[in-house]
This record gives sequence, C-alpha cells and structure tokens, in this order.
Amino acid sequence: MGNGNRKDGDPKRQGTLLSRREVLKMGAAGGLGLLLGSMVGGSVIAGKGLAASLTKGFDSRPTGDDQESVPFYGKVQAGIVTPAQNFLIFASFDLVTERIEDVRKLFQDWTDAAARLTEGKPVGEESDNAFLPPKDTGEAAGLLPARTTVTFGVGPSVFDGRFGLKSKRPPTFADLPSFPGESLQPQWCGGDIGVQVCSNDMQVAFHAIRNLIRIARGKAVLRWMQEGFQRSGAADPQAGTPRNLLGFKDGTGNPDVNDPDLMNRYVWVQKADGPSWMENGTYMVVRKIRMRIEVWDRSSLQDQEATFGRHRASGAPLGRQDEFDSLEEALEQKNADGTYVIPVQSHVRLSHGDGSVKILRRSYSYSSGIEPRSGQLDAGLFFICFQRDIASQFVPLQDRLARQDKLNEYIVHIGSAVFACFPGVSRGGYIGEGLWS
Amino acid sequence: MKKLVTAFATGILGAAIVLAGCSSKEETASPQAEGTATATATAAAASEGLKAATESYKKYVIEQTDLFVQATEAFVDAVKAGDVEKARELYAPSRMYYERIEPIAESFGDLDPNIDAREGDVDESEWRGYHRLEKALWVQKSVEGQDKYADQLLSDSQQLRALVETVEVTPDMLVTGAVGLLNEVSSSKVVGEEERYSHTDLYDFAANVEGAEKIFELLKPELEKKDASLASDIEQKFADLKADLAQYKEGDGYKIYTELKPDQTKKLSQLIDALAEPLSQMGTVLGA
Repeated sequence: MGNGNRKDGDPKRQGTLLSRREVLKMGAAGGLGLLLGSMVGGSVIAGKGLAASLTKGFDSRPTGDDQESVPFYGKVQAGIVTPAQNFLIFASFDLVTERIEDVRKLFQDWTDAAARLTEGKPVGEESDNAFLPPKDTGEAAGLLPARTTVTFGVGPSVFDGRFGLKSKRPPTFADLPSFPGESLQPQWCGGDIGVQVCSNDMQVAFHAIRNLIRIARGKAVLRWMQEGFQRSGAADPQAGTPRNLLGFKDGTGNPDVNDPDLMNRYVWVQKADGPSWMENGTYMVVRKIRMRIEVWDRSSLQDQEATFGRHRASGAPLGRQDEFDSLEEALEQKNADGTYVIPVQSHVRLSHGDGSVKILRRSYSYSSGIEPRSGQLDAGLFFICFQRDIASQFVPLQDRLARQDKLNEYIVHIGSAVFACFPGVSRGGYIGEGLWS
Repeated sequence: MKKLVTAFATGILGAAIVLAGCSSKEETASPQAEGTATATATAAAASEGLKAATESYKKYVIEQTDLFVQATEAFVDAVKAGDVEKARELYAPSRMYYERIEPIAESFGDLDPNIDAREGDVDESEWRGYHRLEKALWVQKSVEGQDKYADQLLSDSQQLRALVETVEVTPDMLVTGAVGLLNEVSSSKVVGEEERYSHTDLYDFAANVEGAEKIFELLKPELEKKDASLASDIEQKFADLKADLAQYKEGDGYKIYTELKPDQTKKLSQLIDALAEPLSQMGTVLGA
C-alpha cells in the first residue's frame, strides 16, 4: 500500500496543541502495514479526547472529544472516514421477515434510533406509565456521546429473491472467493445486514447495539457479533502508531481520508459505477483473523522482524532507523548477496505490492477468551476495510497475501463477510431508502 | 505442512540453502537473517560442539528421508495395487518420517505442498500428495484413478531425498526447527486439522515431538554448558508430554484423534505450550 501521506501522519511533527482540523487531517494519514494494525489516525482524535479526560480530577467538567458527537446525517455515512474510535461492536443480522415493508420499517426505526444514539440521547422519549418496560434500556443514561457512530450495510444475500431486489444487485457485489489457507467457520461468516458501532466508550457502544437489536426483534436476528478494541488515546497520549497484538507497530499507507479525490477514487461508489442506490456508498470487507499468539510468542526476534519486514522496537523498515523512513526506498535495498533486506515474503512488502491498489482499512484487535479445543488464546484482528469495488481492490490484494505472506504461519482467517454500505442520509430520510423503496 | 507460504519460499530458502552448501560457513545466514546481522555472526561463532550437532542432525535427516522413501514406496504400491486396506494401514506410519524432519523437508519450495498440502491449501488443480490419497482412502474409500497421484508422490519423495543431501545445516536452523516442529503440532495437529479424513493426527503429533527431541538431544551438551537448568527443564517437559501422549498408544500406533475428549486434547495442547516456551530459549546456545 502506498504511504504518500506518512509525513502528515508523523505524530512527532504534531504538538499537543493541534487544531481540530489538523487532528482530523492526521487521522487521515496513518495506516501502514496491511491487514494487521492500521488504526493509526483514529486514536489521535480519541487520544485528544481521552487525554483531556484524564485531567477530570482537576476540572469537574468533562472535556474533550468524548463530549462531542459525530454527525449521523450527511452525504456519506459516519464510521467510514471518521477517525477510528477506541472500541468497536460489529453485529451481523439475518432478516427473518420476507416482507420488504417490514425491512423498510426496520431501517426507518433504526435510522431514528441511530441518530439519537450518536447524539448521546436515549432511543425514545420515556413514558411515565410504570406498567410499560422502558423504551431505552438505560445503561448509557447520563453518558456522553463518546463520538459514537453507527454504520449500516447489506450483504449479497438480500438480493437472493426474498425481497424482489435481484435487479438492484450491484454487478460485482458477491461473497468473496475462497482464499488459500483460510479456515472459515460458518458461525463467523456472512449476514443479510452488517451494523458497525464504534465509540470511545464500550458501554455506550454496547448500549447502542443492544437497542438496535431490540428494535429489530421479529424482523431481524443476530447472526454473529464481535467486539474490538485498540489501545486507547488515554494510554497513548503521544498518539504514536498503534501496535497490533503481535507487538508490531502497524498502520500507514491508508489513502488520505481528507483528500476527496482519493476517496472518490478508492472508497466512494461513483455515479458511473451504478447502481444509483449505492452512489456515495462504499463496500465493506470484514475478516476475523485469529492470531496464533502462543506460536508467535516463541518465535525468535529475527523471525518476527523478517515476517513483518520491520524492526519491532522502532517500527522502521528493516535496514532503516526510523519508523517514518521511506518504505519505498527500503524495499529496494539489497544485501551483499543480492537478496532483499526486506524479505520477498514479508507482510510489509506484499501489502505494498506495486502501490497501485489501495483500500481504506479501519480494523480493531479482538480478544475472546480461550479456544476450547486447545486452551490457547482466542485473539487476533477484526479486519475491516472499505473500497469502491471489492473485486478489483480487496480480492487481488488478499489473494497475494493468502498465497505468499510469511505472516500466514501465525494467523488464520476464520470469519468473513461483505456488506454494501449505503450512502448517507439527510434528516427526514432513512438509511437505504434508495434500495428499499 | 506448515502453511503454503513455504511454497513461495522456494527460490529463497531452497536456493539459500543450496548456495550455502557450496560456500563458506560464515556466509550461511538463513534468509530469516535478512536485515539482521545476528545469524551471520552466530553461524561464524559456531563452536565445535555445535558443528558436531549439525553434522549429526544432517545424518539423521538423511536417514529419516531414506526411510520415508521406502515407506512411501510401500504405500504407493498398495494404492496402485488397489489395496485400500493395506494403504490405510501404511498411510500414517509412512508420514511420520516426514513429520520428524518437517522443518528441513518443507524448505524445498514446492516439494512440501506437493507432498503434504491439505485440501484447500492449494488450488484444487494443483492438489496432490499424501492428503489427496488420504481423502481417496477414507472418503471415497477407493483408489480408483489415483495412480497419477501415487506416482507423483513417490517421485516427489525421491526428489526430496536427493535435495536433503545438499542442505547445509546451521545451528540456528536447529534451534528454529525444534520450535517449528512444536508449532506444527500447535497450529494443525492439536486441533485435528492435519488429518481431517483419517484422523491419524496423533502419529504426526508424536513424530513432530520426536523430531524436536532429537534436536534437543543433539544440542543438549552445548546447552548444559550455557544453562544447565534450562536443559533439565526442557528434559522434564519432554517427559511430561511423552507420558501424556503414551496413554493414547494403541499397538504400534496411536488412537484416532476423534476418540480423544476435548479436555484431553486441551491437555496435550497445554503440554506442548509448556515445552515449546523453554525450548524457544535454546537460542541461548547461539547467543554471545
């Protein structure tokens, strides 16, 4: 992946007194490596908010970005080019109704609820009838919006004929082909609807998804759900490049989200791409990637570094000193014997490829207890990326990694789903109205 | 099979090793050493004791590969004779020779996937080797039409035998290889994913452990000089694991993996982790 924006993303160049605009710009940069890591920019914002909240003891008023909400309404959905918040809950739903009116109603209700949730409000006004269950489940009462976003998409299965939508299916939108070495488990795959909730507070995120699940009852049921995290801004006030669970700094090469041309080229569906209901939408790929933590932990440092193609401590490309030294130059560097200093099968080299294919990554780490058969940690990366066309962006990239990446010794893809994420909606409309109406 | 990554390591690792064979020891840094200077320095500093260990290990590899070719020949003969029962009997024991020396065997690029790829590791059109025949023997329960794969398997194993001759074993290959063998167990055998049709995973499991123990035995004299308590810790952990494994022995072989209860596979997995952790400290014999 390219890394043209690295300079903008260099935290060393950023003082602590950043303008909001500058911070946003920073969020855009970031992202080196590929599947792993990639949450650079997001936590810069989070860092600002949470670092500020650390001073709460001295100032009774909470300050910083947690107080702010990310606008729900707009030309595009939030949670895509929004800098990554600290936490994620991702839910995949299956529709249980076969009537499109029900689906339409569900999305109308979800739209209203999501707009309120992202403003830190309960999902409905409370009635004073004590004989009724409360409209809102209550666990986020009094909490800040925490920069919560809710992002909706639909899977290829909604075009299977149940809702008469076959003709609206985007031509290249389909389940992913199988990749060598993957070990997909049905309980972590697919879904009619994908809902991504991101927030700087886990309880706020849980509250949001819980209420959306509740609203869906009778119309859609949960198929699978996954929580994710990254190091919080509070733990990293310097807002350095985050490390993945393998201990490596990882995350550059994302296209700059503040460059509309780049976003239009790589992320947002254009009018000419069709269908019209997807214009200003984007396609999302989700992969649950388990890391073989125990195996990794007993690999020698030289093996680990050769796997990533970077030095572990500094994050610098192999053979270089500084994290932000040019990757492209480092990739050309050879040893005396003619081999590349950054090995041919290293993750960083394969991820970069020829630099022409880009996707927008927005991944989180996950930890889900232990794997019952082995007693080993069930942890890894919940990979999320957005692109204008999955078939020509994610697929060739992942095919290359699946076949050659040295990292495959230490990871295994166990879950997979794709969702067509709708364009944004303006007040008065509802998410997906171009498809459902 | 480790992971198909190895298929592409071909040129790199394979070539590096072959080249290493005709160059001086000082230049035999493994490809993993790219970007770091440690391995080169280490190789140069290899003591006489380590040199003896690498020479003994090479003998062991050649001996195991000889046995592998013989066993594969008998297995292939049974397949080609249409003797399903005989072939099923010979399948798992034949593979053990390969599993014992897997880190070396899989360093020759395409040879490892050709011999040992599981279904889905490579494109269907390229899938061949032991696991292809495993599926025929246990799923189709027939070897009809398998002659081609049987012939390929035999010639691949013979090619492996020719290639191991060219390997220059370095001390750091020993250290990495021992842990690599246990990682093989962790990543695919312990979850029963290696032998998904025959469920003979415990044969591979035992062979990987035996291969790791062989390396440990060869390095033990050097390790004892540097860190005697580490050596005895590793020894104890091997004993614990082998004792646990022994309860699943059946005749000359092992129980079918699916007969093990979840808490039994979990125990095995945890014993592997308990052993592999100190074993990964064996690199101490290489350090300054």
